[in-house]
Amino acid sequence: MKAAIIVFPGTNRERDMRLALTRASGREPAMLFHREAVLPQGLDLVVLPGGFSYGDYLRCGAMAAQSPIMRAVKEFAAGGGHVLGVCNGFQIMIEAGLLPGGLLRNATLRFLSMDCRLRVERAGTAFTAQWRQGDCFRAPMAHGDGNYFADEATLDRLEGEGLVAFRYVDEAGQATEAANRNGSARNIAGVFSDNLRVCGLMPHPEDLVDPLMGGEDGLPMFQSLAERLVGA
Amino acid sequence: MKARVYVMPKAGVLDPQGKAIGHALEGLGFGGVHDVRAGKVIELDLAEADPAKAKQIAEDMARKLLANTVIESFRVEIV
Repeated sequence: MKAAIIVFPGTNRERDMRLALTRASGREPAMLFHREAVLPQGLDLVVLPGGFSYGDYLRCGAMAAQSPIMRAVKEFAAGGGHVLGVCNGFQIMIEAGLLPGGLLRNATLRFLSMDCRLRVERAGTAFTAQWRQGDCFRAPMAHGDGNYFADEATLDRLEGEGLVAFRYVDEAGQATEAANRNGSARNIAGVFSDNLRVCGLMPHPEDLVDPLMGGEDGLPMFQSLAERLVGA
Repeated sequence: MKARVYVMPKAGVLDPQGKAIGHALEGLGFGGVHDVRAGKVIELDLAEADPAKAKQIAEDMARKLLANTVIESFRVEIV
């Protein structure tokens, strides 16, 4: 799998992402700076990692979404390329129009830095192939603006077409209000694009990919990508 | 020409910041505050001298960048 990680000023989770991708695929991803206007040839995956790009000015992800490289990332996605966005990367995708909806300030107004539990809502995609539908796993989260919002029609469409990727759930795997710490609409933690090749989520699966990190709960995502995107 | 762009959370979109301000006002003893919504104001100094055109330009800027119309509404005022 040939992957590239995009680094913006203020991105700070790119090394975690590199570690996860390298561990799962055995191949180190390229790191690309936001000023690049073209992506390297033959990429299988582009990743937008977490952080605070451009100091979260205006709205989280709004500035990064306008940077030169995002034009290339949008073209890559339009051409059927796989793109993963985590945390600030998800916010950038939303601002760039790669995924529907919006991400509001957490309902509690608090920055949430804690583990959450996610339920896989759709297995069988390049991002979730190693899980079964309904599997639950632990993922760290660290964000102030992760409260997923979309109008009712969009939410119904996402659910109807199986484009909800992950939901916040409790220990029993139930999507309860208590498990939904940031107040997201219908407990949505991550979504897919219509072609299932673009995925964005707020929590950080890349931060649990090694026993030394306290677990490997997030590793299946990167193994799925490595398995599906081999020479794809 | 100066333009002022008011960006507000859309009606129906949760505004936790506005809610927190409301609670704080209550705590200070200000009664009778039904609702608080918090947004932002962006001031633009534009080269365009024609007010109608300046307004159009500012609205275009708001649609493309200054506001996220999924979650925010905006209003442009020429000053």
